[in-house]
Amino acid sequence: MNKIWIITRRELAGYFDSLIAYVIIILFLGLTGYFTWIYQTNVFVAGQADLRVFFGWAYWTLFIFTPAITMRSLSDENRAGTFELLATKPISDFEIVIGKFLAALLMMLAAMACTIPYYITVANLGSVDHGSVLGGYLGLLLVVAAYASIGIFTSSITNNQVVALLTSWVLCFFFHFMFGLSSSAFSGIMADLLNYLSVQTHFNSLMRGVIDSRDLIFFISIVFGGLFLAKTVLSKRNWTN
Amino acid sequence: MSVIIENLTKMYGLQKAVDNISFEVKTGEVVGFLGPNGAGKSTTMKIITCFMAPDAGDIRLGNLSIHSNADEIKRKIGYLPENNPLYGEMAIVEYLRFCAEIHGVDKKEIPQRIGSMIEKCGLDREKHKKIQELSKGYRQRVGLAQAMIHDPEILVLDEPTTGLDPNQIVEIRKLIKELGKEKTVILSSHILSEVEATCDRILIINRGRIVADGSSETLRHQAQGQEVLTVRIEHDNGNHVVKKLTALATVERAMPLDDKKEFYTVQSKPDSSSRKAIFDLCVENKWYLLEMTGTETRLEDVFRELTN
Repeated sequence: MNKIWIITRRELAGYFDSLIAYVIIILFLGLTGYFTWIYQTNVFVAGQADLRVFFGWAYWTLFIFTPAITMRSLSDENRAGTFELLATKPISDFEIVIGKFLAALLMMLAAMACTIPYYITVANLGSVDHGSVLGGYLGLLLVVAAYASIGIFTSSITNNQVVALLTSWVLCFFFHFMFGLSSSAFSGIMADLLNYLSVQTHFNSLMRGVIDSRDLIFFISIVFGGLFLAKTVLSKRNWTN
Repeated sequence: MSVIIENLTKMYGLQKAVDNISFEVKTGEVVGFLGPNGAGKSTTMKIITCFMAPDAGDIRLGNLSIHSNADEIKRKIGYLPENNPLYGEMAIVEYLRFCAEIHGVDKKEIPQRIGSMIEKCGLDREKHKKIQELSKGYRQRVGLAQAMIHDPEILVLDEPTTGLDPNQIVEIRKLIKELGKEKTVILSSHILSEVEATCDRILIINRGRIVADGSSETLRHQAQGQEVLTVRIEHDNGNHVVKKLTALATVERAMPLDDKKEFYTVQSKPDSSSRKAIFDLCVENKWYLLEMTGTETRLEDVFRELTN
Protein backbone atom coordinates (compact mmCIF):
# COMPACT_ATOMS: atom_id res chain seq x y z
CA MET A 1 0.00 0.00 0.00
CA ASN A 2 2.80 2.33 0.95
CA LYS A 3 4.47 1.91 -2.45
CA ILE A 4 1.22 2.48 -4.31
CA TRP A 5 0.87 5.74 -2.43
CA ILE A 6 4.41 6.84 -3.38
CA ILE A 7 3.50 6.40 -7.05
CA THR A 8 0.14 8.15 -6.57
CA ARG A 9 1.76 11.11 -4.86
CA ARG A 10 4.32 11.55 -7.63
CA GLU A 11 1.62 11.41 -10.29
CA LEU A 12 -0.56 13.92 -8.48
CA ALA A 13 2.40 16.28 -8.07
CA GLY A 14 2.95 15.88 -11.81
CA TYR A 15 -0.64 16.86 -12.62
CA PHE A 16 -0.42 19.99 -10.54
CA ASP A 17 3.11 20.95 -11.64
CA SER A 18 2.25 20.64 -15.31
CA LEU A 19 -0.88 22.77 -14.80
CA ILE A 20 -3.05 20.11 -16.45
CA ALA A 21 -4.87 19.71 -13.13
CA TYR A 22 -5.85 23.38 -13.05
CA VAL A 23 -6.87 23.39 -16.69
CA ILE A 24 -9.12 20.38 -16.19
CA ILE A 25 -10.68 21.72 -12.99
CA ILE A 26 -11.37 25.13 -14.55
CA LEU A 27 -12.81 23.65 -17.74
CA PHE A 28 -14.94 21.21 -15.77
CA LEU A 29 -16.30 23.92 -13.50
CA GLY A 30 -16.77 26.31 -16.41
CA LEU A 31 -18.68 23.87 -18.61
CA THR A 32 -20.88 22.33 -15.91
CA GLY A 33 -21.41 25.74 -14.30
CA TYR A 34 -22.54 27.31 -17.56
CA PHE A 35 -24.98 24.54 -18.36
CA THR A 36 -26.27 24.24 -14.80
CA TRP A 37 -26.83 27.90 -14.06
CA ILE A 38 -26.88 29.94 -17.26
CA TYR A 39 -27.87 27.92 -20.34
CA GLN A 40 -31.58 27.81 -21.35
CA THR A 41 -32.22 24.48 -19.65
CA ASN A 42 -30.70 25.62 -16.35
CA VAL A 43 -31.75 24.65 -12.84
CA PHE A 44 -34.14 27.60 -12.52
CA VAL A 45 -36.05 26.67 -15.66
CA ALA A 46 -36.46 23.09 -14.45
CA GLY A 47 -38.02 24.53 -11.32
CA GLN A 48 -36.93 21.66 -9.12
CA ALA A 49 -34.35 21.79 -6.33
CA ASP A 50 -32.11 19.03 -7.60
CA LEU A 51 -28.85 18.62 -9.45
CA ARG A 52 -30.10 16.50 -12.37
CA VAL A 53 -29.06 19.14 -14.88
CA PHE A 54 -25.57 19.27 -13.38
CA PHE A 55 -25.18 15.49 -13.30
CA GLY A 56 -26.36 15.22 -16.90
CA TRP A 57 -23.66 17.61 -18.10
CA ALA A 58 -20.97 16.35 -15.74
CA TYR A 59 -21.57 12.87 -17.12
CA TRP A 60 -20.44 14.04 -20.57
CA THR A 61 -17.74 16.42 -19.39
CA LEU A 62 -16.02 13.73 -17.34
CA PHE A 63 -16.20 11.35 -20.29
CA ILE A 64 -14.18 13.90 -22.26
CA PHE A 65 -11.67 14.77 -19.52
CA THR A 66 -10.88 11.51 -17.76
CA PRO A 67 -8.96 10.00 -20.71
CA ALA A 68 -7.09 13.31 -21.01
CA ILE A 69 -5.85 12.83 -17.46
CA THR A 70 -4.80 9.20 -17.91
CA MET A 71 -3.32 9.42 -21.42
CA ARG A 72 0.19 10.22 -20.20
CA SER A 73 0.34 7.86 -17.26
CA LEU A 74 2.04 4.86 -18.85
CA SER A 75 2.59 5.98 -22.45
CA ASP A 76 5.04 8.60 -21.26
CA GLU A 77 6.95 6.07 -19.16
CA ASN A 78 7.15 3.86 -22.23
CA ARG A 79 8.34 6.73 -24.40
CA ALA A 80 10.98 8.07 -22.02
CA GLY A 81 12.16 4.62 -20.92
CA THR A 82 11.52 5.49 -17.29
CA PHE A 83 9.35 2.42 -16.99
CA GLU A 84 12.53 0.33 -16.96
CA LEU A 85 13.77 2.41 -14.07
CA LEU A 86 10.54 1.92 -12.17
CA ALA A 87 10.29 -1.79 -12.92
CA THR A 88 13.80 -2.49 -11.61
CA LYS A 89 12.91 -1.00 -8.25
CA PRO A 90 11.24 -3.20 -5.65
CA ILE A 91 7.67 -2.53 -6.76
CA SER A 92 5.34 -4.78 -8.73
CA ASP A 93 3.74 -3.93 -12.06
CA PHE A 94 0.31 -4.09 -10.46
CA GLU A 95 1.32 -1.64 -7.75
CA ILE A 96 2.52 0.78 -10.43
CA VAL A 97 -0.78 0.47 -12.32
CA ILE A 98 -2.91 0.93 -9.21
CA GLY A 99 -0.82 3.90 -8.08
CA LYS A 100 -1.39 5.65 -11.40
CA PHE A 101 -5.09 4.78 -11.38
CA LEU A 102 -5.59 6.20 -7.89
CA ALA A 103 -3.85 9.41 -8.87
CA ALA A 104 -6.22 9.90 -11.82
CA LEU A 105 -9.19 9.10 -9.63
CA LEU A 106 -8.15 11.53 -6.89
CA MET A 107 -7.48 14.21 -9.46
CA MET A 108 -11.02 13.89 -10.87
CA LEU A 109 -12.41 13.68 -7.35
CA ALA A 110 -10.79 17.04 -6.62
CA ALA A 111 -12.52 18.49 -9.69
CA MET A 112 -15.86 17.08 -8.52
CA ALA A 113 -15.31 18.34 -4.97
CA CYS A 114 -15.18 21.86 -6.40
CA THR A 115 -18.85 21.53 -7.37
CA ILE A 116 -20.04 21.12 -3.77
CA PRO A 117 -21.07 24.82 -3.73
CA TYR A 118 -23.62 23.90 -6.43
CA TYR A 119 -25.15 21.47 -4.00
CA ILE A 120 -25.19 24.01 -1.20
CA THR A 121 -26.82 26.59 -3.48
CA VAL A 122 -29.53 24.23 -4.64
CA ALA A 123 -30.14 23.07 -1.07
CA ASN A 124 -30.86 26.70 -0.19
CA LEU A 125 -33.32 27.06 -3.04
CA GLY A 126 -35.68 24.34 -1.91
CA SER A 127 -35.85 20.93 -0.32
CA VAL A 128 -33.33 18.65 -1.98
CA ASP A 129 -33.48 14.88 -2.25
CA HIS A 130 -30.14 14.26 -0.56
CA GLY A 131 -30.16 10.60 -1.46
CA SER A 132 -30.35 11.30 -5.16
CA VAL A 133 -27.55 13.88 -4.96
CA LEU A 134 -25.30 11.45 -3.12
CA GLY A 135 -26.22 8.73 -5.60
CA GLY A 136 -25.40 11.10 -8.43
CA TYR A 137 -21.98 11.92 -7.05
CA LEU A 138 -21.27 8.25 -6.39
CA GLY A 139 -22.35 7.55 -9.97
CA LEU A 140 -19.98 10.18 -11.34
CA LEU A 141 -17.15 8.79 -9.25
CA LEU A 142 -17.77 5.26 -10.55
CA VAL A 143 -18.01 6.48 -14.15
CA VAL A 144 -14.67 8.26 -13.71
CA ALA A 145 -13.14 5.15 -12.13
CA ALA A 146 -14.29 2.99 -15.05
CA TYR A 147 -12.98 5.41 -17.69
CA ALA A 148 -9.73 5.99 -15.80
CA SER A 149 -9.01 2.27 -15.78
CA ILE A 150 -9.78 2.03 -19.50
CA GLY A 151 -7.55 5.08 -20.00
CA ILE A 152 -4.69 3.49 -18.05
CA PHE A 153 -5.03 0.38 -20.17
CA THR A 154 -4.88 2.27 -23.49
CA SER A 155 -1.96 4.25 -22.13
CA SER A 156 -0.08 1.03 -21.44
CA ILE A 157 -0.25 -0.24 -25.01
CA THR A 158 1.47 2.71 -26.67
CA ASN A 159 4.23 5.24 -26.19
CA ASN A 160 2.20 8.00 -27.77
CA GLN A 161 -0.19 10.10 -25.68
CA VAL A 162 -2.46 10.96 -28.60
CA VAL A 163 -2.93 7.31 -29.51
CA ALA A 164 -3.74 6.59 -25.87
CA LEU A 165 -6.25 9.43 -25.72
CA LEU A 166 -8.06 8.53 -28.94
CA THR A 167 -8.29 4.81 -28.25
CA SER A 168 -9.63 5.39 -24.77
CA TRP A 169 -12.24 7.82 -26.10
CA VAL A 170 -13.36 5.23 -28.64
CA LEU A 171 -13.53 2.45 -26.04
CA CYS A 172 -15.27 4.62 -23.46
CA PHE A 173 -17.71 5.93 -26.08
CA PHE A 174 -19.09 2.42 -26.55
CA PHE A 175 -19.85 2.10 -22.84
CA HIS A 176 -20.88 5.70 -22.55
CA PHE A 177 -23.33 5.94 -25.40
CA MET A 178 -23.14 3.32 -28.17
CA PHE A 179 -24.28 0.29 -26.17
CA GLY A 180 -27.28 2.17 -24.82
CA LEU A 181 -28.15 3.53 -28.25
CA SER A 182 -27.86 0.22 -30.08
CA SER A 183 -29.83 -1.71 -27.46
CA SER A 184 -33.04 -0.22 -28.88
CA ALA A 185 -32.27 -1.81 -32.24
CA PHE A 186 -32.43 -5.29 -30.73
CA SER A 187 -34.91 -7.19 -28.67
CA GLY A 188 -34.75 -9.98 -26.11
CA ILE A 189 -31.46 -11.06 -24.59
CA MET A 190 -29.29 -8.97 -26.92
CA ALA A 191 -31.11 -5.81 -25.90
CA ASP A 192 -30.73 -6.74 -22.23
CA LEU A 193 -27.05 -7.40 -22.64
CA LEU A 194 -26.37 -4.13 -24.44
CA ASN A 195 -28.47 -2.34 -21.90
CA TYR A 196 -26.48 -3.88 -19.08
CA LEU A 197 -23.20 -2.84 -20.73
CA SER A 198 -24.33 0.75 -21.06
CA VAL A 199 -22.84 3.02 -18.43
CA GLN A 200 -25.81 5.34 -18.88
CA THR A 201 -28.23 2.71 -17.53
CA HIS A 202 -26.27 2.25 -14.32
CA PHE A 203 -25.58 5.92 -13.89
CA ASN A 204 -29.28 6.76 -14.24
CA SER A 205 -30.24 4.20 -11.64
CA LEU A 206 -27.64 5.57 -9.19
CA MET A 207 -28.81 9.11 -9.89
CA ARG A 208 -32.28 8.13 -8.70
CA GLY A 209 -30.66 7.56 -5.33
CA VAL A 210 -30.92 3.79 -5.56
CA ILE A 211 -27.65 2.07 -4.79
CA ASP A 212 -28.00 -1.34 -6.33
CA SER A 213 -25.27 -3.97 -6.07
CA ARG A 214 -25.71 -4.81 -9.77
CA ASP A 215 -24.61 -1.30 -10.67
CA LEU A 216 -21.66 -1.43 -8.30
CA ILE A 217 -20.56 -4.81 -9.65
CA PHE A 218 -20.75 -3.45 -13.19
CA PHE A 219 -18.43 -0.54 -12.48
CA ILE A 220 -16.05 -2.50 -10.31
CA SER A 221 -15.68 -5.17 -13.01
CA ILE A 222 -14.75 -2.55 -15.60
CA VAL A 223 -12.22 -1.02 -13.20
CA PHE A 224 -10.55 -4.34 -12.46
CA GLY A 225 -10.76 -5.44 -16.07
CA GLY A 226 -8.95 -2.32 -17.26
CA LEU A 227 -6.29 -2.43 -14.55
CA PHE A 228 -5.69 -6.13 -15.07
CA LEU A 229 -5.27 -5.64 -18.82
CA ALA A 230 -2.83 -2.78 -18.22
CA LYS A 231 -0.81 -4.93 -15.83
CA THR A 232 -0.80 -7.78 -18.35
CA VAL A 233 0.50 -5.49 -21.09
CA LEU A 234 3.32 -4.30 -18.82
CA SER A 235 4.26 -7.83 -17.79
CA LYS A 236 4.37 -9.01 -21.39
CA ARG A 237 8.11 -8.24 -21.46
CA ASN A 238 8.62 -11.22 -19.15
CA TRP A 239 6.91 -13.74 -21.36
CA THR A 240 9.22 -16.38 -22.68
CA ASN A 241 9.09 -17.83 -26.15
CA MET B 1 27.88 -10.34 -2.64
CA SER B 2 28.73 -12.40 -5.68
CA VAL B 3 26.55 -12.71 -8.75
CA ILE B 4 26.31 -16.07 -10.47
CA ILE B 5 24.95 -16.22 -14.01
CA GLU B 6 24.02 -19.70 -15.13
CA ASN B 7 23.24 -20.77 -18.70
CA LEU B 8 21.35 -17.60 -19.45
CA THR B 9 19.42 -17.52 -22.73
CA LYS B 10 17.09 -14.84 -24.03
CA MET B 11 15.39 -14.85 -27.42
CA TYR B 12 13.87 -11.92 -29.27
CA GLY B 13 11.60 -13.73 -31.67
CA LEU B 14 13.84 -16.24 -33.39
CA GLN B 15 17.03 -14.37 -32.67
CA LYS B 16 19.14 -15.35 -29.70
CA ALA B 17 20.10 -12.11 -27.97
CA VAL B 18 21.88 -13.97 -25.17
CA ASP B 19 23.05 -17.48 -25.90
CA ASN B 20 23.75 -19.75 -22.96
CA ILE B 21 26.01 -17.39 -21.02
CA SER B 22 27.55 -18.44 -17.70
CA PHE B 23 29.94 -16.52 -15.49
CA GLU B 24 30.45 -15.39 -11.93
CA VAL B 25 31.20 -11.95 -10.57
CA LYS B 26 32.84 -12.01 -7.16
CA THR B 27 32.27 -9.59 -4.33
CA GLY B 28 34.14 -6.33 -4.84
CA GLU B 29 35.03 -7.06 -8.43
CA VAL B 30 34.60 -4.45 -11.16
CA VAL B 31 33.63 -6.29 -14.32
CA GLY B 32 33.32 -4.70 -17.74
CA PHE B 33 31.07 -6.04 -20.47
CA LEU B 34 32.59 -5.25 -23.78
CA GLY B 35 31.03 -5.90 -27.12
CA PRO B 36 29.81 -4.34 -30.32
CA ASN B 37 26.32 -2.84 -30.41
CA GLY B 38 23.65 -5.52 -30.25
CA ALA B 39 25.96 -8.12 -28.71
CA GLY B 40 23.62 -8.80 -25.78
CA LYS B 41 25.20 -6.61 -23.10
CA SER B 42 22.08 -4.62 -22.27
CA THR B 43 19.86 -7.67 -22.43
CA THR B 44 22.03 -9.48 -19.90
CA MET B 45 21.89 -6.45 -17.62
CA LYS B 46 18.13 -6.19 -17.96
CA ILE B 47 17.85 -9.78 -16.82
CA ILE B 48 20.25 -9.32 -13.89
CA THR B 49 18.20 -6.33 -12.70
CA CYS B 50 14.95 -8.34 -12.96
CA PHE B 51 13.47 -6.14 -15.66
CA MET B 52 12.97 -9.08 -18.00
CA ALA B 53 12.74 -12.78 -17.41
CA PRO B 54 15.16 -15.01 -19.33
CA ASP B 55 13.95 -17.83 -21.59
CA ALA B 56 16.29 -20.22 -19.82
CA GLY B 57 18.89 -20.16 -17.09
CA ASP B 58 19.13 -18.45 -13.75
CA ILE B 59 20.91 -15.65 -11.95
CA ARG B 60 21.71 -16.06 -8.30
CA LEU B 61 22.86 -13.63 -5.63
CA GLY B 62 23.89 -15.72 -2.68
CA ASN B 63 20.89 -17.97 -2.22
CA LEU B 64 18.47 -15.62 -3.99
CA SER B 65 17.25 -16.44 -7.49
CA ILE B 66 15.70 -14.04 -10.02
CA HIS B 67 12.87 -16.52 -10.49
CA SER B 68 11.67 -16.56 -6.92
CA ASN B 69 13.24 -13.60 -5.08
CA ALA B 70 13.03 -10.75 -7.59
CA ASP B 71 11.97 -8.23 -4.95
CA GLU B 72 14.92 -8.93 -2.64
CA ILE B 73 17.34 -8.89 -5.57
CA LYS B 74 16.00 -5.52 -6.75
CA ARG B 75 16.72 -4.13 -3.28
CA LYS B 76 20.36 -5.18 -3.49
CA ILE B 77 20.98 -3.80 -6.97
CA GLY B 78 21.43 -0.24 -8.12
CA TYR B 79 20.81 0.14 -11.84
CA LEU B 80 21.65 2.80 -14.37
CA PRO B 81 19.81 1.82 -17.56
CA GLU B 82 21.10 2.55 -21.04
CA ASN B 83 20.33 6.15 -22.11
CA ASN B 84 19.71 7.04 -18.46
CA PRO B 85 15.95 7.65 -18.44
CA LEU B 86 14.82 10.19 -15.81
CA TYR B 87 11.66 12.10 -14.90
CA GLY B 88 12.56 15.46 -16.45
CA GLU B 89 9.87 17.44 -14.70
CA MET B 90 11.12 16.59 -11.21
CA ALA B 91 13.77 18.49 -9.27
CA ILE B 92 16.91 16.50 -8.40
CA VAL B 93 16.26 16.37 -4.67
CA GLU B 94 12.62 15.49 -5.19
CA TYR B 95 13.54 12.72 -7.62
CA LEU B 96 16.15 11.22 -5.32
CA ARG B 97 13.62 11.23 -2.49
CA PHE B 98 11.13 9.41 -4.71
CA CYS B 99 13.72 6.73 -5.56
CA ALA B 100 14.74 6.34 -1.92
CA GLU B 101 11.11 5.93 -0.84
CA ILE B 102 10.38 3.28 -3.45
CA HIS B 103 13.47 1.41 -2.33
CA GLY B 104 12.08 1.48 1.17
CA VAL B 105 14.93 3.47 2.71
CA ASP B 106 14.05 4.36 6.29
CA LYS B 107 12.23 7.73 6.41
CA LYS B 108 14.63 9.20 8.95
CA GLU B 109 17.67 8.28 6.86
CA ILE B 110 16.40 9.68 3.57
CA PRO B 111 17.60 13.31 3.97
CA GLN B 112 21.03 12.14 5.00
CA ARG B 113 21.24 9.66 2.08
CA ILE B 114 20.20 12.36 -0.40
CA GLY B 115 22.81 14.69 1.07
CA SER B 116 25.60 12.19 0.74
CA MET B 117 24.63 11.26 -2.84
CA ILE B 118 24.55 14.92 -3.85
CA GLU B 119 27.98 15.39 -2.39
CA LYS B 120 29.44 12.18 -3.83
CA CYS B 121 28.14 12.87 -7.33
CA GLY B 122 29.00 16.57 -7.29
CA LEU B 123 25.43 17.81 -7.70
CA ASP B 124 25.50 20.46 -5.02
CA ARG B 125 25.28 23.52 -7.27
CA GLU B 126 22.36 22.16 -9.27
CA LYS B 127 20.38 20.34 -6.61
CA HIS B 128 17.18 22.40 -6.84
CA LYS B 129 17.05 22.47 -10.62
CA LYS B 130 14.64 20.37 -12.60
CA ILE B 131 16.26 17.40 -14.26
CA GLN B 132 15.24 18.54 -17.75
CA GLU B 133 17.24 21.74 -17.26
CA LEU B 134 20.47 19.85 -16.61
CA SER B 135 23.30 19.19 -19.04
CA LYS B 136 23.99 15.64 -20.10
CA GLY B 137 26.88 15.24 -17.69
CA TYR B 138 24.79 16.28 -14.73
CA ARG B 139 21.93 14.03 -15.77
CA GLN B 140 24.37 11.15 -15.84
CA ARG B 141 25.39 12.01 -12.29
CA VAL B 142 21.74 12.06 -11.25
CA GLY B 143 21.39 8.62 -12.84
CA LEU B 144 24.32 7.36 -10.79
CA ALA B 145 22.99 9.02 -7.64
CA GLN B 146 19.60 7.30 -7.99
CA ALA B 147 21.33 3.98 -8.58
CA MET B 148 23.24 4.32 -5.30
CA ILE B 149 20.60 6.02 -3.16
CA HIS B 150 19.71 2.85 -1.25
CA ASP B 151 23.34 1.86 -0.76
CA PRO B 152 23.12 -1.34 -2.85
CA GLU B 153 25.75 -4.05 -2.73
CA ILE B 154 25.77 -4.43 -6.49
CA LEU B 155 25.83 -1.72 -9.13
CA VAL B 156 24.80 -2.44 -12.71
CA LEU B 157 25.73 0.41 -15.02
CA ASP B 158 24.78 0.24 -18.68
CA GLU B 159 27.14 2.50 -20.64
CA PRO B 160 27.69 4.98 -17.83
CA THR B 161 29.79 7.46 -19.82
CA THR B 162 28.00 7.78 -23.16
CA GLY B 163 27.53 11.36 -24.25
CA LEU B 164 29.90 12.88 -21.72
CA ASP B 165 32.79 15.20 -22.53
CA PRO B 166 36.34 13.99 -21.80
CA ASN B 167 36.56 15.75 -18.43
CA GLN B 168 33.28 14.28 -17.29
CA ILE B 169 34.32 10.84 -18.48
CA VAL B 170 37.44 11.02 -16.32
CA GLU B 171 35.36 12.11 -13.33
CA ILE B 172 32.75 9.38 -13.73
CA ARG B 173 35.48 6.77 -14.14
CA LYS B 174 37.12 7.98 -10.97
CA LEU B 175 33.79 7.72 -9.21
CA ILE B 176 33.25 4.17 -10.47
CA LYS B 177 36.75 3.14 -9.38
CA GLU B 178 36.02 4.62 -5.98
CA LEU B 179 32.76 2.69 -5.75
CA GLY B 180 34.45 -0.50 -6.87
CA LYS B 181 36.44 -0.56 -3.66
CA GLU B 182 33.40 -1.51 -1.61
CA LYS B 183 30.81 -2.69 -4.11
CA THR B 184 30.46 -5.23 -6.86
CA VAL B 185 30.20 -3.33 -10.12
CA ILE B 186 29.08 -4.63 -13.50
CA LEU B 187 29.37 -2.06 -16.27
CA SER B 188 29.05 -2.21 -20.01
CA SER B 189 30.71 -0.20 -22.67
CA HIS B 190 31.89 -0.31 -26.22
CA ILE B 191 34.77 2.00 -25.42
CA LEU B 192 37.84 -0.10 -24.83
CA SER B 193 39.98 2.38 -22.99
CA GLU B 194 37.12 2.82 -20.56
CA VAL B 195 36.90 -0.78 -19.44
CA GLU B 196 40.67 -0.95 -19.44
CA ALA B 197 40.84 2.04 -17.11
CA THR B 198 38.09 1.02 -14.70
CA CYS B 199 37.67 -2.75 -14.65
CA ASP B 200 39.51 -5.55 -12.90
CA ARG B 201 38.11 -8.02 -15.36
CA ILE B 202 36.78 -7.84 -18.88
CA LEU B 203 34.18 -10.01 -20.54
CA ILE B 204 33.98 -9.65 -24.29
CA ILE B 205 30.57 -10.56 -25.65
CA ASN B 206 29.73 -11.13 -29.26
CA ARG B 207 26.43 -12.32 -30.72
CA GLY B 208 25.17 -13.32 -27.31
CA ARG B 209 28.19 -15.41 -26.36
CA ILE B 210 31.22 -14.74 -24.17
CA VAL B 211 34.28 -14.84 -26.40
CA ALA B 212 36.90 -13.75 -23.89
CA ASP B 213 37.20 -13.43 -20.14
CA GLY B 214 40.10 -12.07 -18.11
CA SER B 215 42.03 -8.97 -17.07
CA SER B 216 43.19 -6.61 -19.79
CA GLU B 217 46.75 -7.97 -19.50
CA THR B 218 45.68 -11.58 -19.87
CA LEU B 219 43.56 -10.78 -22.87
CA ARG B 220 46.37 -8.88 -24.53
CA HIS B 221 48.81 -11.62 -23.79
CA GLN B 222 46.48 -14.29 -25.16
CA ALA B 223 46.04 -12.41 -28.39
CA GLN B 224 49.66 -11.46 -28.77
CA GLY B 225 51.36 -14.85 -28.47
CA GLN B 226 54.39 -13.85 -30.50
CA GLU B 227 56.81 -11.01 -29.93
CA VAL B 228 56.82 -8.29 -32.57
CA LEU B 229 59.69 -5.80 -32.68
CA THR B 230 60.31 -2.66 -34.67
CA VAL B 231 64.01 -2.09 -35.32
CA ARG B 232 65.92 0.72 -36.97
CA ILE B 233 69.28 -0.17 -38.45
CA GLU B 234 71.47 2.26 -40.38
CA HIS B 235 72.43 0.52 -43.62
CA ASP B 236 72.19 1.29 -47.33
CA ASN B 237 71.06 -2.08 -48.52
CA GLY B 238 67.71 -2.90 -46.94
CA ASN B 239 67.36 -6.29 -48.60
CA HIS B 240 70.67 -7.42 -47.20
CA VAL B 241 69.59 -6.54 -43.67
CA VAL B 242 66.29 -8.33 -44.08
CA LYS B 243 68.07 -11.42 -45.32
CA LYS B 244 70.43 -11.44 -42.34
CA LEU B 245 67.59 -10.82 -39.88
CA THR B 246 65.50 -13.66 -41.31
CA ALA B 247 68.49 -15.95 -40.97
CA LEU B 248 68.48 -15.58 -37.18
CA ALA B 249 67.40 -18.70 -35.31
CA THR B 250 64.64 -17.06 -33.27
CA VAL B 251 63.13 -15.00 -36.07
CA GLU B 252 60.10 -16.18 -37.95
CA ARG B 253 59.64 -13.24 -40.28
CA ALA B 254 61.37 -9.96 -41.02
CA MET B 255 60.43 -7.24 -43.47
CA PRO B 256 61.05 -3.58 -44.12
CA LEU B 257 58.49 -1.23 -42.66
CA ASP B 258 56.42 0.09 -45.57
CA ASP B 259 56.89 3.82 -45.48
CA LYS B 260 60.01 4.41 -43.41
CA LYS B 261 63.57 3.94 -44.55
CA GLU B 262 65.86 1.93 -42.23
CA PHE B 263 62.92 0.54 -40.23
CA TYR B 264 62.11 -3.17 -40.10
CA THR B 265 59.45 -5.30 -38.43
CA VAL B 266 60.66 -8.52 -36.89
CA GLN B 267 58.33 -11.23 -35.67
CA SER B 268 59.82 -13.86 -33.39
CA LYS B 269 58.94 -17.53 -33.27
CA PRO B 270 56.39 -18.49 -30.57
CA ASP B 271 57.73 -18.28 -27.00
CA SER B 272 61.05 -16.77 -27.91
CA SER B 273 62.67 -13.34 -28.01
CA SER B 274 64.96 -12.02 -30.71
CA ARG B 275 66.15 -8.88 -28.95
CA LYS B 276 69.59 -10.15 -27.99
CA ALA B 277 70.17 -11.92 -31.28
CA ILE B 278 69.43 -8.74 -33.25
CA PHE B 279 71.81 -6.76 -31.06
CA ASP B 280 74.56 -9.34 -31.54
CA LEU B 281 73.96 -9.37 -35.29
CA CYS B 282 74.47 -5.61 -35.46
CA VAL B 283 77.66 -5.77 -33.39
CA GLU B 284 79.00 -8.55 -35.56
CA ASN B 285 78.40 -6.62 -38.81
CA LYS B 286 79.29 -3.23 -37.33
CA TRP B 287 75.84 -1.84 -38.11
CA TYR B 288 74.42 0.95 -36.03
CA LEU B 289 71.33 -0.13 -34.17
CA LEU B 290 69.35 3.09 -33.71
CA GLU B 291 66.09 1.83 -32.28
CA MET B 292 64.45 -1.34 -31.05
CA THR B 293 60.91 -1.25 -29.65
CA GLY B 294 58.41 -3.95 -28.83
CA THR B 295 55.00 -3.48 -30.41
CA GLU B 296 52.31 -4.06 -27.84
CA THR B 297 49.02 -5.55 -28.91
CA ARG B 298 46.34 -3.09 -28.07
CA LEU B 299 43.02 -4.14 -26.60
CA GLU B 300 41.46 -2.72 -29.75
CA ASP B 301 43.17 -5.43 -31.78
CA VAL B 302 42.03 -8.16 -29.42
CA PHE B 303 38.52 -6.84 -29.59
CA ARG B 304 38.42 -6.62 -33.36
CA GLU B 305 39.89 -10.03 -33.78
CA LEU B 306 37.33 -11.61 -31.45
CA THR B 307 34.24 -9.83 -32.65
CA ASN B 308 34.72 -9.77 -36.39
